[in-house]
Amino acid sequence: MTALSLFGDTLVSWLIAALMVIVNLLPGSISDAFQYAFMQRALLTSVLVGAICGILSCYVVLKRWSLLGDAISHAVLPGVAIAYLLGWPFFIGAFITGALTSVGIGAIERHTRIKSDAAMGLMFTGAFALGIVIISKIASSTHLMHILFGNVLGVQQSALLLTLVASVIALLVVWLAYRPLLLYAFDPQQAQALGFNSSVIHYGLILLLTLTIVASLETVGIILVVAMLITPGATAHLLTDRFKTMMLISVGVGVSSAIIGLWLSVLLDVASGGTIVLVATSWFFIALLFSPKHGLLLRQWRRWRMG
Amino acid sequence: MATTLGDVPVAINIQGLYAAYQRQPVLEDINLQFPAGKWTAIVGPNGAGKSTLFHVLTGSMKELRGSVQAFDEPIATHRKAGHIAYMAQREAIEWDFPVSVWETVMGGRYGHMRNDPLWRRLLPSRWYHPRHGEAVREALLAVDMLSLAERPIGALSGGQKKRVLLARTLAQQANILLLDEPLAGVDPPSERLILDVLAREREAGRTVIMVTHDMPGARRHVDHVVLINRFIRGVGSPDEMLSDAKLAELAVSSIEQAASDVRAAEASSFMAARG
Repeated sequence: MTALSLFGDTLVSWLIAALMVIVNLLPGSISDAFQYAFMQRALLTSVLVGAICGILSCYVVLKRWSLLGDAISHAVLPGVAIAYLLGWPFFIGAFITGALTSVGIGAIERHTRIKSDAAMGLMFTGAFALGIVIISKIASSTHLMHILFGNVLGVQQSALLLTLVASVIALLVVWLAYRPLLLYAFDPQQAQALGFNSSVIHYGLILLLTLTIVASLETVGIILVVAMLITPGATAHLLTDRFKTMMLISVGVGVSSAIIGLWLSVLLDVASGGTIVLVATSWFFIALLFSPKHGLLLRQWRRWRMG
Repeated sequence: MATTLGDVPVAINIQGLYAAYQRQPVLEDINLQFPAGKWTAIVGPNGAGKSTLFHVLTGSMKELRGSVQAFDEPIATHRKAGHIAYMAQREAIEWDFPVSVWETVMGGRYGHMRNDPLWRRLLPSRWYHPRHGEAVREALLAVDMLSLAERPIGALSGGQKKRVLLARTLAQQANILLLDEPLAGVDPPSERLILDVLAREREAGRTVIMVTHDMPGARRHVDHVVLINRFIRGVGSPDEMLSDAKLAELAVSSIEQAASDVRAAEASSFMAARG
């Protein structure tokens, strides 16, 4: 165990060193802010979260899972609280309540006349309320605020390691299961006809989402993580017609939002989670206006020229 | 002893099948055999359960009762082995999805790729085993779409979209082809091309099963016709089954069906109102 954590610490310091090489190339006015150890940890965490949210958000956007992502991110709260009570790793509790909620949503949808939007709203607010009640009993309201809105500047080494492990797992799964995931997102019936087990893929993707959400807890918090799971993918969808390019752009949007947002939040002394999301939202509107294929300005220009 | 139909082996054997959609019965008491190596047309009015039958065959819908076998084995075994190819209706596909024509057709190979060694599966498609690329090339060539291979699927016309979906089905090189309205909404040249391609697939010994509303096309090409409207309404040669009298009978059956459904619904709401 000590060997493992020593390995983790070494890996983290290497990654930070690599990041700092790039940061130090920037003008002094920007790079000065990143000379403190807490800022470097915050930077690495944000970059990791931006990257894996960027990857997952492609699936979320294309599969029309935005509301489901929102539901799971809220449903994670009671799991985190219960795991804290029992001394378990956050991820296990978060996954259990996240998965239970998504199963519950599916069951209500199938077996009653309630439609999916109401089923989602009902289940995730219920789970979220349970989480708030438990946390109000066991922890301070500052703690609750940190879970809800993130606290990237106070990230501890252990939380950074968790984010690192979660990112590596998410990356590996997307790489290994690239084709089944793509096919399932594009045409689930074809996946079924080819004999792929679509419930395994479905719950695998939900597990990945939960993993990503837990990894993002400390950075943007569970309320805003859904923005990082939608905005980068939506931005990329406006810019390209290739899935791999979409993933690259989406990761770029996620990572750059995380870095710029973190820097701006320190500079302006405002909440970092919110600033990161605002930067991502700005990227989206820039793409919406200026995208060469699906942008509003070019479409207007073409219409105007057609007369 | 393999199941046969006359002297032709049976590709798909359906026994006592019931299927329902949100508790509404869609298919009842279906006993049906599709002859191997033949071209079968499934004909019936809208809402007759034709697509539902395909959903059961492709495994995206679970039957309530009954058994479905392919070549005397559970059909799931054949799905897993990549022996069953399916061409969806155009509306079933998300055409905004950021993939090219080539990548879409490559989707037909994903089932076979599971049998490749793991290290190969981690490579990007370009360096993948050449036989998959070759199958995609041949399929695109057959539907005359090779020149548009790099185009995003959202930028295609209606007939081209159909041909891409057909190419994906062909690329799978399966021995059973299920096609849901392959001729709906296509221009005459595309229609001719699709019928030619399917005729060639049958010559190659494959079993072709298509849902269609195109009676002239079916009369000219297929070997076997199944009339369906919740129940099986007739099975036989195109001359028998696609005669005007038989088709009129099928249309009447659908009106009677609708009327009896209304009566049943009224009766049940009447009972509910009385408590």
